[in-house]
Amino acid sequence: MRRTMLFGLAGFTALALLGWGVNVGLQYLGRISSPDVPVAPTPPTAPTAHITATLFYGAPDGLSLAPVRVDVPLAEGAVAQGRQIVRALLQPPPAPYLPVIPRGTTLKALYLTTGGDAFVDLSAEVSTNHPGGTQAELLTVYAVVNAMTTNLQGVQRVQLLIDGREADTVAGHVDVRRPLERDPSLVRQDPLPAVQ
Amino acid sequence: MRAPAALAVLLALLLTSLALAQNPAPISVISAAGRRALPATLVNGQEYVSLDDVALFLPLSLREDRQGGLIITVRGKTIVAPRDRPLVSVDGRVVSLPGPLTRAGTRWLAPIDFLPRALGPVAEQRIEYRRASRLLVLGAVRVPRVTTRVEPSGAGTRVTVEIAPPAGVMTVTDTDRVVVRIDADALDVAPVVGTAPAVAQVRADPPASLTVLLATPSADAKTTASTSDTMARVVIEIAPASQSPDTSSAAPPQPAAPAPLVIAPAAGGVRTVVIDPGHGGEDVGVKGPGGTLEKQVTLDLAKRLKGVLEARMGVHVVLTRDDDRAMTLDERTATANNAKGHVFVSLHMNGSPAPARTGPAVFFMRLDREGEDTRREAGAQALALPVLGGGTRIIETIRWDLAQARHIDDSQRLATLLAGALQGRAAAPAPVHPAPLRVLAGLDMPAALFEMGYLTNAEQEKGAATDDVRASLVQAVYDAVSRFATGPADAPAPAARAARERR
Repeated sequence: MRRTMLFGLAGFTALALLGWGVNVGLQYLGRISSPDVPVAPTPPTAPTAHITATLFYGAPDGLSLAPVRVDVPLAEGAVAQGRQIVRALLQPPPAPYLPVIPRGTTLKALYLTTGGDAFVDLSAEVSTNHPGGTQAELLTVYAVVNAMTTNLQGVQRVQLLIDGREADTVAGHVDVRRPLERDPSLVRQDPLPAVQ
Repeated sequence: MRAPAALAVLLALLLTSLALAQNPAPISVISAAGRRALPATLVNGQEYVSLDDVALFLPLSLREDRQGGLIITVRGKTIVAPRDRPLVSVDGRVVSLPGPLTRAGTRWLAPIDFLPRALGPVAEQRIEYRRASRLLVLGAVRVPRVTTRVEPSGAGTRVTVEIAPPAGVMTVTDTDRVVVRIDADALDVAPVVGTAPAVAQVRADPPASLTVLLATPSADAKTTASTSDTMARVVIEIAPASQSPDTSSAAPPQPAAPAPLVIAPAAGGVRTVVIDPGHGGEDVGVKGPGGTLEKQVTLDLAKRLKGVLEARMGVHVVLTRDDDRAMTLDERTATANNAKGHVFVSLHMNGSPAPARTGPAVFFMRLDREGEDTRREAGAQALALPVLGGGTRIIETIRWDLAQARHIDDSQRLATLLAGALQGRAAAPAPVHPAPLRVLAGLDMPAALFEMGYLTNAEQEKGAATDDVRASLVQAVYDAVSRFATGPADAPAPAARAARERR
């Protein structure tokens, strides 16, 4: 009788340990398959912090850049803020402005130097999807250069990289081998409406 | 008293007439600095030149020794000329001369042979005297001998021009003349042998052209050129006047020649024009909504422009590409610089995100801070070195990839002239913009980039396909280049300046 009770206690203990082990294991597996960010993040109930940046889109005349005030998410630090500005610039512009950055172009990297130079690394689409022409290429290049130098304090010059490499030109005309300074001559002087 | 006075007058007249009779024509000195005259004097039947005159283009110093001889120092080496002896010691080596160096008043005279025989070895450069043509050739300048023979050939006339040693030759045939342009710094032209009624005149035009003027305008003249190891030969066959074809019906259509064809001298030293048809090969450039490719338009216009510029200005035109092939921008720059171009025009069709945008535009190079620094440093580091023929040569050091920095002013003038030439031809005025353009950066010559219209505009795309529009564009570039070549009224021609700097 006593022996039977001992076997029963041992079996119960073993089952309990087995159940506990399975539970712990399942919990562990569940933890490693979870993403760092919520799978379905809840939409923000309050407006995110942002800055109002001046971006440069193609003016309706097709000849110049139009400065447009746009809300851009606030980011921590100049590099992160620069990325937000370029990402905003790469989005299709609101009407009536014209796109000057070729479709499909993405920001691959962005670097700042202590000397006031910024390096903006864009994907190859900026070149392969470019429609060509000196004027269109000037608008493409200086939309980025002017946006960076206008909105980021301390950035005086911008060099475009394409797919991680230095390039001669974007579309066969404008020399982007060296950092470029802002070109206000391409910017329309008459004010255009702000865009929210 | 009267008799001695009359005798003195007679003697003076006699000496004057003898002196005049003894002064032969000046010798032409050809060097990298250009052509200049060197006065010559006959002494005992030999041609002598003054060493003071020689010192104007060949740095030398003179010092008389105690025995009445002369010591000449050139580049630290000495030539000792003993008195009244027809020989000199050149850096320790004896060289014979047709006569001794002699003193005439305050000037020392030397036989002309003294220059190639004695001065040449110590000056460490070529000094060649061509007695027949009375040319003194200094340094590495190309001065081929040109002989011209005019003779009957069947019922017509044949003009044979031989150039030795061989040099590049380009012929331009017009209604009343054939111009033979020779790739040389100057020509050593022998008198023409023979005459014919069909040839009114054969004349040499500086720097290196030979013009055969036809007695009968519209005569049929055909040229053939050949080159051997020893000479280049151009044969001009002039048909008899009665057999001349009716040019009004047989002349091929000129692609872009609304103005009369006039051979003008290559003004302002512009001898080579480089035309760059933008894009090519896989790089099609802008593609119009109707499918027109920028690379095709630019190549066609470049070829037309080459014909017009060569025919009307007599310049040599180099195309960076003459077929549909891809070229890097560095290759285009190198082609232009290697050709030693005096003007560069890059042809393009523009693109805009606004399909309605139309009109031409002209660009020239804009320097950034680095470029401006380079430009200033080039001026600050310029060296003034003495050159043969007198004067100095300014040597500027500049980064090869920013060679355009020292031509910015001339490039702006070229761009402005091009925009001006488009007035009345384009629907809208052509703006002139400075921009950091890659193809212009390394060009060592005045340069502009011409966006001839927006291929992204459907109407301009259609227009660019028409002969009228293309002829008008070609005419505008021709007008601008020819005006640029003549230079501004208040300044030396820029191309001449460029040529001087390049020498």
